[in-house]
Amino acid sequence: MAAADEASRPFAGLSDVSISEDIPVEGDISVPMGSSRRDDEFSTLDEPVKETILRDLRAVGNKFIHVLYPKRSSALLRDWDLWGPLLLCVTLALLLQGGSADSDDQGGPQFAEVFVIIWFGSIIITLNSKLLGGTISFFQSLCVLGYCIMPLTVAMAVCRIVLVGGSGPVSFGVRLVVVTASFGWSTFASTAFLADSQPANRKALVVYPVFLFYFVIGWMVLTFSPAQ
Amino acid sequence: DSIFIDVLSAEFEEAAELLSVDPGASTLSMSASNTTTVAAGEGRGGGEEVKLDLSEDEEGQEESSELLGGQKAAGGFWTFEYYQSFFNVDTVQVLDRVKGSVMPLPGRNFIKHHLRSNPDLYGPFWICVTLVFSVAISGNLSVFLSQMGNPSFHYRPQFHRVTIAAVVIFLYAWLVPIGLWGFLTWRQGAERQIGGYSFLETVCVYGYSLFIYIPTSVLWIIPLEWVRWTLILIAMLISGSVLVLTFWPVVRDDTKVMAVATVAMIVVLHTLLAIGCKMYFFQIAVHSPTPAPTAPPAHITLATQPH
Repeated sequence: MAAADEASRPFAGLSDVSISEDIPVEGDISVPMGSSRRDDEFSTLDEPVKETILRDLRAVGNKFIHVLYPKRSSALLRDWDLWGPLLLCVTLALLLQGGSADSDDQGGPQFAEVFVIIWFGSIIITLNSKLLGGTISFFQSLCVLGYCIMPLTVAMAVCRIVLVGGSGPVSFGVRLVVVTASFGWSTFASTAFLADSQPANRKALVVYPVFLFYFVIGWMVLTFSPAQ
Repeated sequence: DSIFIDVLSAEFEEAAELLSVDPGASTLSMSASNTTTVAAGEGRGGGEEVKLDLSEDEEGQEESSELLGGQKAAGGFWTFEYYQSFFNVDTVQVLDRVKGSVMPLPGRNFIKHHLRSNPDLYGPFWICVTLVFSVAISGNLSVFLSQMGNPSFHYRPQFHRVTIAAVVIFLYAWLVPIGLWGFLTWRQGAERQIGGYSFLETVCVYGYSLFIYIPTSVLWIIPLEWVRWTLILIAMLISGSVLVLTFWPVVRDDTKVMAVATVAMIVVLHTLLAIGCKMYFFQIAVHSPTPAPTAPPAHITLATQPH
């Protein structure tokens, strides 16, 4: 008894908590089953597959439009995804196939080489930007760099169409103009998104590798020569 | 406040170590008499007698980078901050270092004058990457231009050469400084690092010295042989003299034979890199009298020297 009194003394101060004196606490602990009111926004497990795919496609398409008209919005940065870059990378690598690379290895880049250049290049640029003190996160930067390859992929498709018509100097001139324009567009679009996250005195140090990256991809697009 | 005193005393030890490494450092002055700015200790004081003279810093570097300039490891090598300390440069600093590598003046040691105990890895890495691509692309262009009139020539991008260029240039830019630094440290022997350079500084000076090859490789597209040889001689002269001016003060304390041999080895390796790149990437198949349908590209392939 004395021990119980001793034990209850630390809780003696609780006796003047109002809830234990005035308001009787009572209730029901059972959880109502089948309440779907709070689950509608969060659980996507029950929706039809078409809905799921369309939502992701809409997000990807939305970002494509942001690349086409680059303004300093943070939508691309906030909801990053890597579907778009993967799609673009595969498309570009497929379009770069079918060149003069069949038997000898003096031809264009192989499928794996394109993949390695794009993904390793993006990772190295992201690491570079973070090492220089940037505040952008790793995957956001990968997302931006990947999406901004889109103009160059479009240029590659245009180049292949132009090459169907012949590969003389005229077609080369057209391809040169198209690739240069899309290279400038890519660089401009990606720096519009990335430049804000860098300290002001290091912006050029971060932009230069991006420039080099798109230059190399543009070079691969421009020097694609069809098999004869 | 006690944390600040701890930081200050840690920096005092770092500064003392720096001084023993390099008595000629212009960035830290421990004498109490000629301090003009007390930037770090302003307003706090504490119990420290250390006054750091930062007034000679005219490059606009932050104080923190000066204080931590000699500190190679800001953490363990598994932390991100460790590597971040190698990228602690601004745009103007990088441009200034590039300028210093292109215009070597006798008496201006690149490491002492431009690096000022803040070696970075940004410059060497991106200069090497740019050089890899510029050499491969210019080589491809020059081969194309030289073969333009040849009707049986079929243009090929030769993309595998990028891989080869990358391997060669990165090996040169990393293995040679490792070897040179190891050799110099071994020769220093008992008098450790009086005038010796750290590993990072060696890598840094080698990386920046490769910068002159980038515009040279672009200009090599011009198909005239005498222009090419003139360009390569000028580039080797400039780049080699940057290296020689940097390493001569370290080496001259050694015996005459070793000093001359070391410097000669530096120059020879540099020359080999330049000539090797020229011959592999820019080879013109000018001596193919009657080209068979597939001979010209094959000729270019077969005529290259194995590395």
